[in-house]
Amino acid sequence: MPEIIVNDCPTPVPDGVTVAAALAIAGLAHTRNSVTGMPRGPVCGMGVCHECRVSIDGVRRLACQTLVRDGMRVETGR
Amino acid sequence: MGYSHVSRRDADAIVVGAGIIGAACAEALAARGLDVLVIDAHIGGATAAGMGHLVTLDDNPAELALTLDSIARWRAWAPSMDEASAYRGNGTLWVAASADELAIAEAKCEALRAIGEHVEMLDAAALHRTEPALRADLHGALRIADDGIVYAPNAVRWLLGRHPARVRQRLAKVVQVSGSRIELEGGECLGAEIVVLANGIEASTLCPELPIEPKKGHLAITDRYPGLLSHTITELGYLTSVHNTAGPSVAFNAQPRPTGQIFIGTSRQFGSHDLAVDGPVLARMLEHALGFMPVLAKLNVIRCWTGLRAASPDSLPLIGRHPDRDGLWLAVGHEGIGVTAAPTTAALLISLIFGEPPPISPAPFAPERFIEAGVHA
Repeated sequence: MPEIIVNDCPTPVPDGVTVAAALAIAGLAHTRNSVTGMPRGPVCGMGVCHECRVSIDGVRRLACQTLVRDGMRVETGR
Repeated sequence: MGYSHVSRRDADAIVVGAGIIGAACAEALAARGLDVLVIDAHIGGATAAGMGHLVTLDDNPAELALTLDSIARWRAWAPSMDEASAYRGNGTLWVAASADELAIAEAKCEALRAIGEHVEMLDAAALHRTEPALRADLHGALRIADDGIVYAPNAVRWLLGRHPARVRQRLAKVVQVSGSRIELEGGECLGAEIVVLANGIEASTLCPELPIEPKKGHLAITDRYPGLLSHTITELGYLTSVHNTAGPSVAFNAQPRPTGQIFIGTSRQFGSHDLAVDGPVLARMLEHALGFMPVLAKLNVIRCWTGLRAASPDSLPLIGRHPDRDGLWLAVGHEGIGVTAAPTTAALLISLIFGEPPPISPAPFAPERFIEAGVHA
């Protein structure tokens, strides 16, 4: 089982799932903040709504379009 | 249809189109004490599609006079504008990718400095210090300090809300314009002494004699990367690409939004009314942008869209009385400079309507240059 680091917290995740799915399994619904500071989470799950933007290894990506990889660093909530 | 005999008056002035030009005209008319009715069909135009770049352009003396006067008016408005309008006086950098382009920038700098503008040349090192996200081997840049940005859709709301007792808005589609009479979809007719046509690319559907063609453009916007850029960046090669009307052209244009997002542009293509994103043109545009700003490859683009600039044959807007339709005034054909030029367009139009000294010479913008009097009566 791979492990990703979510906001500095090592988190075991199933192999082959998306980052969005991994966050959901870990109970994290909050991916990013809107311009006005409101929390946002994944809505469409298919790369259209862009609400699941997170930083993955320092690069802004869509959590629902990115598969987990062992050691991946994910930052949410900005 | 005996429109000329209808004496009904629904407002002192009717403005067709609630983009930035219509909003500025409505605001200026209301400031003179007129009751203004603004009619818009909510079918979208250039205002909401563009970058909101307030940019000094010096391709010809008329364009320079228009943009300089207008940017000064934006700057005068800025302290009273709301935060949502997102005005920033962050300046423009015209970047040179070759020695030839640098020479062009230096000539522009001299000419603008001679008329008192706040401009300076940045050499390659200074440019790199100012905008480290750009490619390091650029030759330098011309900085135009008084240029700025707004979020144009909110600037429209701000303008239309300045005189709430005198500006009414109505969602409706105008299907016919006959001087001071207009007809709405459904057959209702409205009248006013002054009718201002400010509906951009839609103007020629109401007045086929107006020589206005769509010039399609693409834009992309990224996620938020605060501090990555400070100025709006435009390549000097933009000028050559703008005038190349043979086929789709692209040029590098990037702008930091107050949110930290980055606008990436730009493209131009004639003859298309189709608002669909054109994949190959978008790809060329982004690839070209990467050449100037390699870090873009690591940024997340969250939206791409297109818009239609309303272009006249000489790239200058038509501002003034319609030569052939009594009561009809034109403020259309601004192509890519509608947001920049809105305040002065309104001020010029007001001066013509009221017979006052104009803020800039009206002749280069006179509709007569394209419309013969006595042909369309």
